Amino acid sequence: MTRRFTASLAIFGLVALIGLDVIASPPNPYRAPPMLAFGSGLAASGGFCGALPE
Amino acid sequence: MSDISYAQARTSNLVFGRSALIGAAAVLVVLVALFAGARFGLMLALGLGFGVALEGLRFGFAGPWRAMILRREPAGVFAQLLAIGLVACVAIPLLAAHPEELSGAQAPIGWAMIGGAFVFGAAMQVVLGCGSGTLVNAGSGNPIGLLALPFFAIGSFAGAYHLVWWTDLGALPILTLRGGLGLVITLAGLGLTAGLFWILGKPGTRKLPARYVVAACVLAALAVGNLVVAGQPWGVVYGLGLWAAKGAVALGADLSGSAFWAASGSVQRLNTSLLTDYTSLTDIGLIAGAFGVAAWRRGGLSQALPSYPARAWVATVVVGLVLGYSSRLAFGCNVGAFFSGIATGSLHGWVWFIAAFAGAFVGIRLRPLLGLEARA
Repeated sequence: MTRRFTASLAIFGLVALIGLDVIASPPNPYRAPPMLAFGSGLAASGGFCGALPE
Repeated sequence: MSDISYAQARTSNLVFGRSALIGAAAVLVVLVALFAGARFGLMLALGLGFGVALEGLRFGFAGPWRAMILRREPAGVFAQLLAIGLVACVAIPLLAAHPEELSGAQAPIGWAMIGGAFVFGAAMQVVLGCGSGTLVNAGSGNPIGLLALPFFAIGSFAGAYHLVWWTDLGALPILTLRGGLGLVITLAGLGLTAGLFWILGKPGTRKLPARYVVAACVLAALAVGNLVVAGQPWGVVYGLGLWAAKGAVALGADLSGSAFWAASGSVQRLNTSLLTDYTSLTDIGLIAGAFGVAAWRRGGLSQALPSYPARAWVATVVVGLVLGYSSRLAFGCNVGAFFSGIATGSLHGWVWFIAAFAGAFVGIRLRPLLGLEARA
């Protein structure tokens, strides 16, 4: 068995994760923020590993 | 088939395969931009860049720490410090000028944070994969990285679940180096750290190879891009915890008992697409980018898988959980706390580095005992 098998498993896992998530919570491009946060005038609001609960 | 036509066919297959990889990456980015938004397409592109840079230039965090501790070779750590310094030169002034739009990797220093960083530093040496390293290893077909990854995600989810309890054990207010003076102190700290490693390093191993210089510059450019596009620095472990949390909710779990997952921001992210979560997008890009590099290389995916004893696989599962859990208590891994923390002026990044480096000494001793390398 080679790395082709394990790397393919990783990609298959990613595809499954994204696919299931898109079905459960489809993205809505009409509610998308401006392309860049810098210069948008909007506060940063993404989740981050250093952040305590809001 | 003659030797020449066989070689031509192989070259043609290689060109087709590489063109397909580039095409697939471009299509993925465009699809995310179209169906989620341009910002999210850009974030995926940045994530792919991180994956390509880390795997393509063989740049990492756990390996250079191991090289320094075992063989006193400091070049890899110098490259990490260089990358952090380059990001700091842009990020700290940007954060000072645009505090309403951009946020740094700021977190409080506390008992759980220090303990979490120490444990994370040990665990990442056991599997030779940190936050980004585990994703890159999984994408390039490393079976240890692949097995550790889902347990890393579960551990990250569990660590976030209990985060407030751990933080309540005692923590300082968030301490941040800001503005011009903050940048000078950060750069001086990085210079002093480099100087210390220079003194401790073995003569003849202190020169920074061109590959590391390129890697540091590329990573720094991508990290600044992450800050400008997302409004927050490069991170890894939040996204992994979110993947597991979404899975738990899908299986019917009630997260209302967790101060972290029941908070309004977390609930909102649990109910929206992963394709709109910045750390998820860069994590996806890290795996896919590393896969792309492994597939691009001649023979990159045809290496035989190594054989490990059963205890090594069990250890990988346990260490994966520990990596995820400890990184949440530590307010980030080598990327979110060490790299982005220091580069955006957070003092917790420095404390994380000291604690995790101390933990690495323990992890290096544990690795052979757990069957993950031949015992010396």
